[in-house]
Amino acid sequence: MNLQTIINTLELTPLTNPADFESIQVEKGYTSDLLSCVMAGAPHGSVWVTLQAHGNIVAVAALLELSAIIITEGAMPDPATITKANEEGIILLSTPQPSYWTVGKLWELGIQEN
Amino acid sequence: MDGAPRQNRVISDQEAENISRLEELAYEIRVEQVMTSNPYVFTTSQTMREATVTLRQMRISGAPVLHNGDLVGILSIEDVIRCLIEPDLDSPVTKYMTTKLITIRATDLLVDALKMFVNTKLGRLPVIDPNGKLVGIITKGDVTRGLLKALQQETQVEEMRRYRASRIFEDIESDRTSLILRYDIQAHDFTHGGSASSRIKRALIRLGASPQIARRAGIAIYEAEMNLIIHTTKGGVIRVEIEPHQISIDVYDYGPGIADVQKALQPGYSTASEEIRELGFGAGMGLVNIARCTDSMSLDSVVGKGTRLRIKIFLPQQEAMGEGPVPKETVQ
Repeated sequence: MNLQTIINTLELTPLTNPADFESIQVEKGYTSDLLSCVMAGAPHGSVWVTLQAHGNIVAVAALLELSAIIITEGAMPDPATITKANEEGIILLSTPQPSYWTVGKLWELGIQEN
Repeated sequence: MDGAPRQNRVISDQEAENISRLEELAYEIRVEQVMTSNPYVFTTSQTMREATVTLRQMRISGAPVLHNGDLVGILSIEDVIRCLIEPDLDSPVTKYMTTKLITIRATDLLVDALKMFVNTKLGRLPVIDPNGKLVGIITKGDVTRGLLKALQQETQVEEMRRYRASRIFEDIESDRTSLILRYDIQAHDFTHGGSASSRIKRALIRLGASPQIARRAGIAIYEAEMNLIIHTTKGGVIRVEIEPHQISIDVYDYGPGIADVQKALQPGYSTASEEIRELGFGAGMGLVNIARCTDSMSLDSVVGKGTRLRIKIFLPQQEAMGEGPVPKETVQ
């Protein structure tokens, strides 16, 4: 599944610089708002669903080399976080939907590995 | 998975990395960085004969046409051919030039230029400044050259860094050589949380560590770094000693100390405040993660004095760092 299809289907808003989302393949996902659990559990290249929106999510995603973070419930990261994400090459996507809905949609799209 | 079938040729990871980086560069580089500044221009008073001679002598396939300094058209080789068929070489360039102008701004990104080339099938675009004045011309060739140059520069810089770093221990003779990295971590500095671990991870990759080793070290050091930020009163220090076959990480602080070390090591146990937990920290998994990612770990703490965490990651023989690349046949 490519990231562009995910963005279109879930109607996500990219918060970071535009990129060639079609070339980014996502097969795995993870969800948690506890950063240490993400550290322990999120697989390489996965998409991470969380309602955390502070700067540290970028550090976590960069260390784990995640493909994107979907920030749920319309939580908005501050500009410094978005700048940091652009620097680290982390894609931030936003949705007004809750995490439960978002994960359900990703599952329907066939992203079922974790 | 989905979409059109891909080409059969297998693309290596390195190639795939370069392709996406090339695409990224198209979003970073601006038209003005790759365009031809002060291009050759025609004026409306010139004839097609003069223009034809100029194009041939200058070996260019087209040029903008100016009237009193304002861009009014563009004359390309196709226009010259139409004129030669007639033949009508004594007419002014204004008769054959294209006046339907598609321009691009100097500050636009290369990706915008690429989209315009694809959508218009044009070979060259006049580049204008905010006042609409001609400042340059950009061709598909300029874009390709600009991107390749940028990519080559980046690759060379990173390769040079990796090459130098990956051989750092090779020519130094001692009974035991190591490289020590030290990072001072401020208490409650959430803004920089994770920056020391990211930098250490990058250093390890440059030194020739495998991605798995770098990832394990990154996770362990991130957790230790966040512990210093969350729990200490005066911050602390992360000291990483890198030897060809092991990474020794020493994390120490000056208080407040851990009252019950055994409890602190239990999964799910945390003393983090409600405020900190709301940020997603304090899951009580930090030390558990550190233990999981490392080969040895010891934690000593004295309340009122401070805490010292010592961890080690051992590298397999064939994955040694800083001793140059291992001959391929020995890596199996």
